[in-house]
Amino acid sequence: MTNDMPILEVRDLCTTFSRGGVALPAVRDVSFNVGKGEVLGLVGESGSGKSVTLRSILGLSRRYGDVTGDVRWMGQDISRMPERKLRQIRGRDIAMIFQEPMTSLNPLLTVGMQLTETLKAHTDLGRAARRDRAIEMLDHVGIPSAASRLEEYPHQFSGGMRQRVMIAIALAANPKLLLADEPTTALDVTIQAQILDLILSLADELHMGVILVTHDLGVVAQTCENVAVMYAGRIVEQGSVRQVLRTPRHPYTVGLMRSVPQDVPPRTQLYSVPGTPPSLEALPAGCAFAPRCQNQTEACLSARPTLETISEGRAAACFNPMAIAQGEVA
Amino acid sequence: MTDITAISAEATPPQKTKLQLALRKPGFLIGTFIIGVSSLLALMPGVFAPLDPNFIDYNAVKQPPSWAHPFGTDMLGRDSLSRVIHAYSVNMQMAILATIFALIIGVVVGALVGFYRGIADMIFGRLVDAIITFPFLVLVIAVVAVLGPGLVNMYIAITLVGWVYYARLMRAEVIAQMGNDYASAGVVMGYSDSRIIFRHLLPNAITPVIVYWMTDMALAILLGSSLGYLGLGAQPPQAEWGVLIAEGRNFITTAWWLSLMPGIAIVLTGLGFSLVGDGLADLLRPRG
Repeated sequence: MTNDMPILEVRDLCTTFSRGGVALPAVRDVSFNVGKGEVLGLVGESGSGKSVTLRSILGLSRRYGDVTGDVRWMGQDISRMPERKLRQIRGRDIAMIFQEPMTSLNPLLTVGMQLTETLKAHTDLGRAARRDRAIEMLDHVGIPSAASRLEEYPHQFSGGMRQRVMIAIALAANPKLLLADEPTTALDVTIQAQILDLILSLADELHMGVILVTHDLGVVAQTCENVAVMYAGRIVEQGSVRQVLRTPRHPYTVGLMRSVPQDVPPRTQLYSVPGTPPSLEALPAGCAFAPRCQNQTEACLSARPTLETISEGRAAACFNPMAIAQGEVA
Repeated sequence: MTDITAISAEATPPQKTKLQLALRKPGFLIGTFIIGVSSLLALMPGVFAPLDPNFIDYNAVKQPPSWAHPFGTDMLGRDSLSRVIHAYSVNMQMAILATIFALIIGVVVGALVGFYRGIADMIFGRLVDAIITFPFLVLVIAVVAVLGPGLVNMYIAITLVGWVYYARLMRAEVIAQMGNDYASAGVVMGYSDSRIIFRHLLPNAITPVIVYWMTDMALAILLGSSLGYLGLGAQPPQAEWGVLIAEGRNFITTAWWLSLMPGIAIVLTGLGFSLVGDGLADLLRPRG
């Protein structure tokens, strides 16, 4: 837990894409803070706006859509910053890793070239020093015989190894915040845990904040301090992981939690939230989750619940929140 | 840790197989051989041609192929074989000069509009539509008609029209490459646009352009000879295949070899470039 000023403040972030004249509200009114060294989980189904939120923070979305709201980095508004200035923050202060290690490295350049490229862009290190730092970083992320692998190409690495390389590249310039966009989704289960451990231990060691996007509440439970649950572009519940998992208020959070199999006998059918998320082109007038919700009432269909603060740092957007007793699910 | 190293060792494919595989394909080998020989003839025609291509011998006019003149002689008694060989210099030069500037312009413009999109891309799209609507040859002839006949003007004309095809290809490939996370990663790492475009996207996107280039060189020779035939490209007495075919046209019934031999040279060289392009397409297919 952090008590000093947050390093990243996101206020009322909205990102809208348009396709054929139809507006697609991918992210709506998203607000959260990340403190120094804090690990925040951003959870939700595919298409809930998690990745777009991350990309909007770094200004990747504004080329393709309309982004409004405030993104403050160390108190400085970066959401309206020109590309030229933003470039100094990207990679040096805030780094990002992607879901697909197979495509996130340039297949034509050696791993060493890609590592030193970041250093060249953001540090004053000389040629030899960059090489040393590159070896040090590869070593740091657990790649054996780092020096000899610098000359190798990405296709000579396995998926887990590539993700390690990606992490090494992202962390080379000592960023203070890492945006991790489902960094383990494309990996084998055995490698997933290793990569997560790696990210967390590095974050701890380097006092780096992390926003971890995932659809796996199990991962959040193990790794994060705070969590924000997103649905159809909005945050529907947020708070500390302990509180949210122990006493979930939003029915969607409960659905997600029940989707993680826990102590079930073999061959029982796994739970899934009924229905599918709404299309962004045709969001319902009321609560976006209402059509799939067990607690649905008349009010849910006509009006949209706002994110109400429940207690310090804890909020949920629901007219009929789960009773506290439901908390035993956690 | 040990299991990971084992996996990565296993995932390392042997490096040279692609080249070995391509070299084992007969088509690629034949194509390389043809282009190799053609280049040799183009670089030093004097070494291979038995006679001066412009040496006129009125005592040996329109002679059929013989040991003295394997390809026969033309209406001025010039040795056809020597003229066909000397034409290699001009026609191979066409393959390069008529395409290389189109390639460079097309690659740069295509990469830029593919990366930035927006208004420039829309204008580019209209321009492509407009140019592609016309048959290539008609447009080139129109430009040459304005500039005047001659080799240099022909190169300018072909470049003015031809770059569009490269740019179109490059643009599509750059857009496809931008779907890969390494492009976003470049932005996220704070790299400059030019670095992302020219160091990361371009090398990954250029493969189809290179393959098309090979085909285009064959087309350039064909187009250059066509213009030579029509009197808009190389000018007589320069030995150039199109010019040679045009010279033999009036005697096609009595001295068929005059048009046939340069025709065969065009077909062979074109085939060579196409086979090399085909082989390159396999060779350059991106690794996994």
